[in-house]
Formats: sequence, structure tokens, C-alpha cells
Amino acid sequence: MRVIVWLVEGTWPACVDAVRAHAPDDAEVVLLHVSGPDVPAVAHGAFAGLLGRGHREADPGDRLEALGGTSAASLLAAAAERLGRPCAREERSGRVEREVVAAAEGAGLLVLARDGDRSRLGPRSLGPAVRFAVDHAPCPVLLVWPEPAPDLRTIPPPPPHHP
Amino acid sequence: MAVPAAALAVATGAISLDHARAEAERLGPVVGFLAAVLVLAHFCDVEGLFQACGAWMARWAAGRPVRLLTAVFALASAITAVLSLDATIVLLTPVVFATAARTGVRPKPHVYACTHLSNTASLLLPVSNLTNLLAFAASGLSFTRFAALMALPWLAAIGAEYLVFRRFFARDLTAAAPVGRDTGEVPALPLFALVTVGCTLAGFVVASAFGVEPAWVAAAGALVLAGRALVRRQAGPLDVVRSAAPAFLAFVLALGVVVRAVVDNGLAEALGHVVPDGTGLPALLGIAALAALLANLINNLPAVLVLLPLAVPAGPGAVLAVLLGVNIGPNLTYAGSLATLLWRRIVHQHEHDVDLGEFTRLGLLAVPSSLAVAVVALWGSLQIL
Repeated sequence: MRVIVWLVEGTWPACVDAVRAHAPDDAEVVLLHVSGPDVPAVAHGAFAGLLGRGHREADPGDRLEALGGTSAASLLAAAAERLGRPCAREERSGRVEREVVAAAEGAGLLVLARDGDRSRLGPRSLGPAVRFAVDHAPCPVLLVWPEPAPDLRTIPPPPPHHP
Repeated sequence: MAVPAAALAVATGAISLDHARAEAERLGPVVGFLAAVLVLAHFCDVEGLFQACGAWMARWAAGRPVRLLTAVFALASAITAVLSLDATIVLLTPVVFATAARTGVRPKPHVYACTHLSNTASLLLPVSNLTNLLAFAASGLSFTRFAALMALPWLAAIGAEYLVFRRFFARDLTAAAPVGRDTGEVPALPLFALVTVGCTLAGFVVASAFGVEPAWVAAAGALVLAGRALVRRQAGPLDVVRSAAPAFLAFVLALGVVVRAVVDNGLAEALGHVVPDGTGLPALLGIAALAALLANLINNLPAVLVLLPLAVPAGPGAVLAVLLGVNIGPNLTYAGSLATLLWRRIVHQHEHDVDLGEFTRLGLLAVPSSLAVAVVALWGSLQIL
């Protein structure tokens, strides 16, 4: 069985711990990181707004793309160390949620962490990217809380009963 | 692009040679001032100022996203105000991204903060933004009075941005997991650069008290830092010339001539009816909103060139309101203006995949709120000072 573990800055340790707790010992673990184009694009846009500065080599967006590769590699290295068992590392770039779904094709399990409002139980604890991956995953999904899950009392009371 | 257009405007008689020369003479000192600030920022980078900023931010934030955001706001505001918005976008943004990634913090809010503050925090000093330099030359204000009037709007606008960012990126700012690496070795304090910049700032105040052009002070600061790099063989004379961006300086001159041609040929009359009169709070709000709108349509550089001749007769209050609009406004549109966005589509430079919905939602929250509080603060400053 192949287990795809989608790691995101800030929430990845919970995913690695979930693999240690729940994945079978003989499973083939793949640590996945996807770099989205949106953050470098913000810098590209700011540079384009500097009318007349010309020189494309000064564009900070290019430097962000290069730096993004290095930081993804160090995140995967830290995750592999925390996992403490043989694993493969996969770096992808593109539309994050679609890359994750593509990477999960043919897998036996996709592990990911909630990325929304984690102060209460409920649908808002999934941000758009995780919502898309959960809705479209072509395999079983293990969805974990990055921190201990909130109390059951964070669920709002049911609507009043109308006979 | 702008230089041939300026030549064409003169050749076809759209602008008389005398008017073109007058415009170039008016913009000459501004362009000189701009060159000095660009050189100053470049050699602050050579001295290691921006690397040191990265180390300070990493140490102070210690992997906590909200603290990092606060540090980015403080540093980006200071660097934009003193070394201009170019320095924040080109030199600080990559350092901020690297710092966030290195400390395991999601970089998006912090990169957005750099780009927003490069506009919003460029209100304080005439050197913070080319638009300010243009307005400063036309307004007749002294350097110190400009800064005094803009201090409160600057703080108010940054404060509004900070509140919007804390709410808008609340989810990204709660996620924290250090990647288990230290915050990197601490680079040496770039004392020489800091002292030179500090002396340059003090020089602006002194020069303005004695009626000396502040451009000379900026030139002196730039010469000191560039001279040191030359002596220590960290840079050649060609690097110094290149850091002043001569092509950009020519562009600014040519743009001034082109805009003057357009203004002379009817735009002044057309816009004259739209620009509100007076310096009461509603008039200032109207001027700032109009300036923000125009900046989003055609980029803030041509916008300020168009609006200045119309605002100057109404006094410094109107000129500064124009600046609030053209400086804060561009946060609303990706690439700063619809014209730039269209141009990038035409020349197929749109391979970059920004989330336009997110960018625009953030802009729709941040721009009206920071612009409104800044205008009210400016109105207050004009009453007191």
C-alpha cells in the first residue's frame, strides 16, 4: 500500500505523527510538498507595479521561486527525520489542491491536516485547498487536526424543533 | 517606450519644445533626488542591511507567525519610509520570504505585507516614493513640514492595514511548526550603513531648516556609501551608475513630457471639473478617492503627474490628499493598475498564477479602510499644524 502524506508549513508534524500511528509497517510512505505559484506571483505583481524599472533580473518573484524550492526541501528533510522510517520525498509545484489529488492517484491512503478555522469543530475547519482535496481524493483519506481537536461543546446547538 | 513617445509628442507639436524643456527642467532635480535614494538603498544592501533585517526578524519572532507579522510591519514600514518602496519590494521581500520559510511560518501573509506596505507606508517622507518627490517639488512644503503633516496619516494607514491583515490571514497566522533548524548565524550589525542613513535623515531636517535642497543631502549619503564600497572594492564605478538606474531616470523625464502633452491637450479641462475644490474633510476625501481611482486605472506615476497641476492651486492639503490616494490606492489592483495588467496580458507576461480573488478581496478591505483613516488623520494634522 502507498501512503501519500501531504505536508504544509505549520501543520505538517500532525500528518507525520498520524502516519506513525496509523499506517501499516509495510506501507510505502511518500512525503509530498506542493509549492503554489501564488506567493511568488504576489511579488511579481508588486514589481510590475513599479512602472519603468525594467530590469527583469531585479524581479523579486524569481528569487522567491528559487527560495521556495530550498525551503520545501528542508521541510521534507525535517519531516523524514520526524517519521524515522524509510520514505520517499516528492516535491511538486502548481495549483496546490489539484497537484495533491493528482499525486494521490492509485494510492492506498492520503493523509492531510485541516487548514481552516481550528477553534471549533465543523466545516469551517477545512480551508479551500483541503476541502478540494477531501472532496476529490481518488483514495481513502485520513484527515487530522494539527493541534488537539476542539471540545464537542464548540458545535452550535441544533435548530429549534418546529412541529 | 516612454522616450520615443516623448520625442513623438514634441515632433508632432502635441507639446511645444519650450513646454517640454520647462517640464524637463522641473523634473531634473526630482530625478537627481531619486537617483541618490536608489544608490543609497542599493549600497545599504551591499553593506548587508537587509540580511541583518532577516536575522533580526527571525530571532524576534522565534517561529511565531503573529510576531513575525509585527516585525515585518515594523521593518517594511521603516525601510519604505527611509529607503523608498523600491527597496522594500526588490530587496526586503525575498529576505522576508526566506525568513518565514526558514522558521517554518507560512510566507503568504508576510509577503503580502511587504507589497502592501511598500505602498501604504510610503506616505511619510518625500524620499519614500517617487510620487512624493514629484508632489514635494510642486507643493512648496519644506521637508520637515511634509513629514510632520504626513506622520499621523502614515501611522493611521499602517495601523488599519495591520488590523485587516490580522483578520484576513487569521488562519495562516495560527499555523506554526518550526522545521527544527536554528535561525541561522547572526550577521554583523551593518553599523556604517545605519549611521550613514541616520545622518542622511538628520541632514534632511537640518538642510530644510537652512533652505538647502534635500536632494544634496541624499546625494551626500549616497556618495558616502558608494565611495566606501568603491574603496573596499565591493563595487566598480559601473555598479554605482547601474544602481542609479539611468534608464529609469530617463523614463521618468520622458513620462513627464508625455503626460504634460496629454494634460495640455484637454485633459486638464476635463479633469478640472471633477477634482473637488477646497480643503475641508469632504473635499480631501473626494480628492484622495479620485486619485486612488486614477492610480488604479493608469498607474500612480502618471496619475500623480496628471493630478498635481490641478491640486497645487488648492494648497498643500490637496496635494497631500492626492498622495494618499495614489500611494495607498494601488493595493487594490494586481500589478498596481489595470493598464499594467492589460499590458502584461498583451505581451503574455501573465504566466504567473496569482489568486486574483484573494488579492482583490484583501485590497477591497485594506484600501478603503486605510485610505479613509489616513485622510481623516491628514485633515486633523492640517488643523493642528
